[in-house]
Amino acid sequence: MKVLIPGALRSYTEKGEAEAGGATLAAVLADLERQYPGIRFRMIDEQDRIRRHIRIFVNGGQVRDLSQPLNATDEVVIVQALSGG
Amino acid sequence: MARTTGKAAVRKQKPAARARSQGRMVVLVATRKGAWLYHGDAKRKTWRADGPHFLGHVISHLVLDPRDRRTLLAAAKTGHLGPTVFRSTDLGRTWKEAARPPAFAKAADGQPGRAVDHTFWLTPGRVSEPNVWYAGTSPQGLFRSDDGGVNWEPFSSINDDPQYRKWMGTVQDGTPDGPKLHSIILDPRDPAHLYFAMSGGGVHESVDGGRNWKTLLKGLDVVEGFDSSEPTFHDPHCIRICPSNPDRLYQQNHCGIYRLDRPSDMWVRIGRNMPKRVGDVGFPMVVHPRDADSAWVLPMNGTTVWPRTSPDGKPAVYATRNGGKTWQRLDAGLPADEAWWTVKRQAMTADASDPVGLYFGTTSGELWMSRDEGRRWACFARHLPEIYSVEAAELK
Repeated sequence: MKVLIPGALRSYTEKGEAEAGGATLAAVLADLERQYPGIRFRMIDEQDRIRRHIRIFVNGGQVRDLSQPLNATDEVVIVQALSGG
Repeated sequence: MARTTGKAAVRKQKPAARARSQGRMVVLVATRKGAWLYHGDAKRKTWRADGPHFLGHVISHLVLDPRDRRTLLAAAKTGHLGPTVFRSTDLGRTWKEAARPPAFAKAADGQPGRAVDHTFWLTPGRVSEPNVWYAGTSPQGLFRSDDGGVNWEPFSSINDDPQYRKWMGTVQDGTPDGPKLHSIILDPRDPAHLYFAMSGGGVHESVDGGRNWKTLLKGLDVVEGFDSSEPTFHDPHCIRICPSNPDRLYQQNHCGIYRLDRPSDMWVRIGRNMPKRVGDVGFPMVVHPRDADSAWVLPMNGTTVWPRTSPDGKPAVYATRNGGKTWQRLDAGLPADEAWWTVKRQAMTADASDPVGLYFGTTSGELWMSRDEGRRWACFARHLPEIYSVEAAELK
């Protein structure tokens, strides 16, 4: 499925869009990690929590649970929540 | 961008020449918005800026491996992304991310687990331990790499120990940008002997390579009204071991400046010999590379609400040449007044030259140095982001 990558993570993907597969959000993130080593830990901490300033949307709805089931036609959007200065 | 100022001139390096050392000394500057390398000539009079590296990243510490004098490790995060460690084996020309950055163990189901917010401190291993590095994190965690910083393993004897977790306290008990494990000090004579410190959480020592630990708190003061026997109330800011006498350590603490001469376990508050109007509060502690009686501090105002700025707006370094019995004010070249500086615990250092060069960076983004052990100071870069750490190293 299509995964949109925020600017802050394009040092890993070198493009704004990636293809990744998996039956759950966790599996899709694991596939991204396989393709782009290191990218997952920048988004998900060691306790499998989505980091504070990262948001993930599936088909326009925000997802907070990595076990969320996904379909091959879903669109995943990873967003960096801008804050600070 | 760094600009020329003072007696020590800086020129911006052309991209084609990036990271090629033409001088002997390099000063590594980590800031809240990126990192810079300043290459000095043999006399440390002119400096060539190489940077920014990782523009926009929070770089807590940038360290050159003294065992090969080519490898750099950078502790990095951004305001939005998780923490990592970058490694360069060509003096910053190219960087590669750690495969497994410092991270706590996954907690058992239903248990609250900790997550590393940032790696704060990096210590290269001993000469006899190639590729070994240690890291301290926020919140407090101790980590070790045996492969040059590519993969990091946690010390469960600290990170998961219930007693240590209690002493670490909560995020509210630490410094404003998170409680930290720092000052990882390796006894160069004994591969099983090491120290570390926690803000808060006190000073700790192991004589068996990190399997078992004991506190090292005797003689240290805590804020009035708190129990000094409780490690969680201790806030060591920076500890250094003397290269010329590893039995001697100096410490800048939230509550004073101290010296410890092993095998004694009693810290002596040598800061009581500082001028009363200046006090002995501050962050960095710097030791002489060849003279264990010589050390430097940069005092901060620790009165009332703890502004932690230069007392009276008049910055000065203080030096001792006799193990802390007396202190000498060194402010020639520094602003005479109206300079409300803060210098963080990793942001002051010494090189190994003779005479020793001293360097510090301010949170307002100025980089200062002295080529004569503090007698005369000059600013050699300004307008940098908030400076978190300054390290000086000699290249091959």
